Amino acid sequence: MIKAVMMLNTQGKPRLAKFYDYMPVEKQQELIRGVFSVLCSRPENVSNFLEIDSLFGPFSRLVYKHYATLYFVLVFDGSENELAMLDLIQVLVETLDKCFSNVCELDIVFNYSKMHAVLDEIVFGGQVLETSSAEVIKAVEEISKLEAASNSISLVPKSVSGWRGR
Amino acid sequence: MSSSSTSIMDNLFQRSLEDLIKGFRLQLLGESNFISRALEEIRREIKSTDLSTKSTALHKLSYLAALHGVDMSWAAFHAVEVVSSSRFQHKRIGYQAITQSFNDQTSVMLLITNQVRKDLNSANEYEVSLALECLSRIGTHDLARDLTPEVFTLLASSKSFVKKKAIGVVLRVFEKYHDAVNVCFKRLVENFESSNPQILSAVVGVFCELATKDPQSCLPLAPEFYKVLVDSRNNWVLIKVLKIFAKLASIEPRLGKKVAEPICEHMRRTVAKSLVFECVRTVVSSLSDHEAAVKLAVAKIREFLVEDDPNLKYLGLNALSIVAPKHLWAVLENKEVIVKAMSDEDPNVKLEALHLLMEMVNEDNVSEISRILMNYALKSDPLFCNEIIFFVLSACSRNAYEIIVDFDWYVSLLGEMARIPHCQRGEEIEHQLIDIGMRVRDARPQLVRVSWALLIDPALLSNLFLHPILSAAAWVSGEYVEFSKNPYETVEALLQPRTGLLPPSIRAVYIHSAFKVLVFCLGSYFSSQETTSSSLAQESSSGSSSMNAFTHGSILNLVNVIERDLGPLSETHNVEVQERAKNVLGFIGMIKQEIAEKLDLQDNETESSRVTAFMEDVFSEEFGPVSATAQEKAGVPDGLELKENLVDLEEICGEFLKPVESESVSYTDKISFSISKLRIRDQQEASSSSSPPDEASSLLAEHRKRHGMFYLTSQKEDPDSNSTHSDYPLANELANEISQDPFNPKRKPNQSKPRPVVVKLDDGDESRITPQAKKNIQTAKDDESLSLAIQSALLVKNKGKEKDRYEGNPNSGQQEKEESSRIENHQNSENKKKKKKKKKNGESSKHNCTNHDGEMKFSLMSE
Repeated sequence: MIKAVMMLNTQGKPRLAKFYDYMPVEKQQELIRGVFSVLCSRPENVSNFLEIDSLFGPFSRLVYKHYATLYFVLVFDGSENELAMLDLIQVLVETLDKCFSNVCELDIVFNYSKMHAVLDEIVFGGQVLETSSAEVIKAVEEISKLEAASNSISLVPKSVSGWRGR
Repeated sequence: MSSSSTSIMDNLFQRSLEDLIKGFRLQLLGESNFISRALEEIRREIKSTDLSTKSTALHKLSYLAALHGVDMSWAAFHAVEVVSSSRFQHKRIGYQAITQSFNDQTSVMLLITNQVRKDLNSANEYEVSLALECLSRIGTHDLARDLTPEVFTLLASSKSFVKKKAIGVVLRVFEKYHDAVNVCFKRLVENFESSNPQILSAVVGVFCELATKDPQSCLPLAPEFYKVLVDSRNNWVLIKVLKIFAKLASIEPRLGKKVAEPICEHMRRTVAKSLVFECVRTVVSSLSDHEAAVKLAVAKIREFLVEDDPNLKYLGLNALSIVAPKHLWAVLENKEVIVKAMSDEDPNVKLEALHLLMEMVNEDNVSEISRILMNYALKSDPLFCNEIIFFVLSACSRNAYEIIVDFDWYVSLLGEMARIPHCQRGEEIEHQLIDIGMRVRDARPQLVRVSWALLIDPALLSNLFLHPILSAAAWVSGEYVEFSKNPYETVEALLQPRTGLLPPSIRAVYIHSAFKVLVFCLGSYFSSQETTSSSLAQESSSGSSSMNAFTHGSILNLVNVIERDLGPLSETHNVEVQERAKNVLGFIGMIKQEIAEKLDLQDNETESSRVTAFMEDVFSEEFGPVSATAQEKAGVPDGLELKENLVDLEEICGEFLKPVESESVSYTDKISFSISKLRIRDQQEASSSSSPPDEASSLLAEHRKRHGMFYLTSQKEDPDSNSTHSDYPLANELANEISQDPFNPKRKPNQSKPRPVVVKLDDGDESRITPQAKKNIQTAKDDESLSLAIQSALLVKNKGKEKDRYEGNPNSGQQEKEESSRIENHQNSENKKKKKKKKKNGESSKHNCTNHDGEMKFSLMSE
């Protein structure tokens, strides 16, 4: 199971954080800080795995990848394969790249909703359900269309329901 | 009118999430100010009756919660409102907020059941997907129970987009609501036949999780897993299936034989490193008895180790350390690579290499490996340096210093460790120095030499982490002073002015050790006087022994030095130090007069020699190691109730803590029945024992009578209690119950020096079951009901299958045979028995299942 997905920039600011087990926001922030403090102390060109039992409990592993100004981080337990998780980060980044054509940190900052749509297609409740970026993009585009459609209807009579309601 | 108009205004001028993010990037207020303003705005907007406004506010809130740690639990009800919107966008925002913030304690959880059900039944697959995602994240027992029928329906969905998510959600539903297994299991298992790789991947993923939680219950599905292992070419699926087999093979060894070959096949065939690694890990962790497979796996590990990619190197080392306990040759084969990895820049790689080096340690190479490691420790960063020291310490002390033959060398090594600049493992070194002193008699002279060197090293005193080592060194020099070359110098070292840098507790050890040295010197002096006086004519041949080194002058000098150095300490603020110092000074006070006056203490019966002899007696008792289980050996004495409920104790104490002098009617009215009864008895007692009937003391007496075990034994106890008291073995008695380790039979004959005797306790040297392990047992129990559910579902499924397959021949007596024949397609015939046994297990636990299942099982059992 995947326990958490994070994207942090090199200053330690979270750009996306998703925890698949419920935990209070304070705990989430603490974990994000903890992960960043480990990541930022690691030199370049070393292995991408970390054992972080101290933060996420026994047998938890972390895989990260550093792209430009961002760290992509996956936290998972013993039922995932480290190299496969590294591939999954690759899948995620490739998908984002296709979604935003040459993705950069700003895309991630401003597309909070779409980021989650992408991630939710790949990881479902902690399980990896989709690894083909084409499939993911298909679904995400469909979701965007649905959202846009529901919005366009709402443009004209936004307050009609309000009048009727009285 | 006004409410709707504000709503319009809100709507028109509401900041969207994008505005919020932009604002965040431009804000000059400081982050927390900006957030609190944004929150104010959100709190206002979220109350709007307009769902668009509300959902935008909720969206902003969920953004702030996810990335800035803002609490959003207060908005739970608003999330429920937003999710009920018919618009997809709102729904999505609502579900996102719910999955993000709801948990078992959320009170409005009950309100979403119907909405989730409605969305699960929606014709729009994306709405279904949202609801499934929500259920998979926050599903509670109630939600899982109420929505099981919907999940069951969705498992048969024709759209793979929905179906894969329905399979994914089953995991949560099973976990929260075990009875769902009976409903959904068959449909879930049917997906193993699916030709769609997404579906197969999803279902294998679910079973991987189920097998991790409880391998036993997944064992009957081995044929299905085996088929996937052989047929699939999807690496994701194969990795998961390998994970499953790693779990299953560890509880069913015969399975290993079957799967070893296909796994090797994958290892040879594939180019995907992730799959190769998973194969390797499966082989080394669960199939380590299969020689050929292990050989191939180790060859693959070697390929990983020589790669430039640090990830592969790390994983290779990782796999080696899994294989090490059973196949040490694999580690030894790669020794050079491992030693080289110690100087890798990657801390992970270094740590794994260190771990492996310690695995390789045995009595022949321990000094060589320790030498290498000490060199690394000297040039490493503090963190890794201490890891190294820790590993060396724990490897060498394993099983009462099993691998150490030359203790002189090891003790010197401990001394060297103390001098490594980054060393922070003082406490462990302290423990080992003292432990070796107590266990290994032959190591004591070297121990004293090393301690002496530590004590006079001025650099150590100022290093906080090394103070425990100094404490041990001081204790050793005092306790084993007879091996000291120059006790006079030892005292000087123990009382040097810079000891003021030490914490008081350690300083006290220093002073006490100086006391021991002083007593030893005096004792030797007196005894040498005695011998010289008695054997004056005999031309004592032992004239050159160190005993005779003490002259009257040197003793007097020693006493003066100690008195001078300890004098100021008798007024120190720390009681421990003060007391120790006063002890020594008091002793000196007793003897000094005589020593100073009488130049020649010929007479054996002087006051000072008597006192010295007495103190020598006090210090002469040798300390032995104490078993970690010593406490447990002391049996619970008769009449001591440790598990008794102490509620009534509180009752009595409560009364007795109230002001006693207010012995008025109102007070006595209030007291409970038991107390009044007590009182009556008290009075009876008081009259009989003719002691003053004081309320407090009589209550106390009564309390002592009833709960005497919580009191210390008093002098005038009856003989019974004395006998129970003697049931306690004394600590020293326990310590003396030691067996002496015979010479290690494994030891090679060509060793130049015999291994000294190491005192080893019968038990208690090894750590017992760890709390972690206990916890695992606990969790295993928790999962039991789920596993029972799965087992029973498997029975139902298999029965169903048999029925499907052999409809024309529904002979229940044949069923089991038929089932076994099905297994034989993929399994060896041996598994048949296992399978039957499995079934029996399921039957024996039928009371945990629903009636329906009970009947099914009965019908199976009746044949």
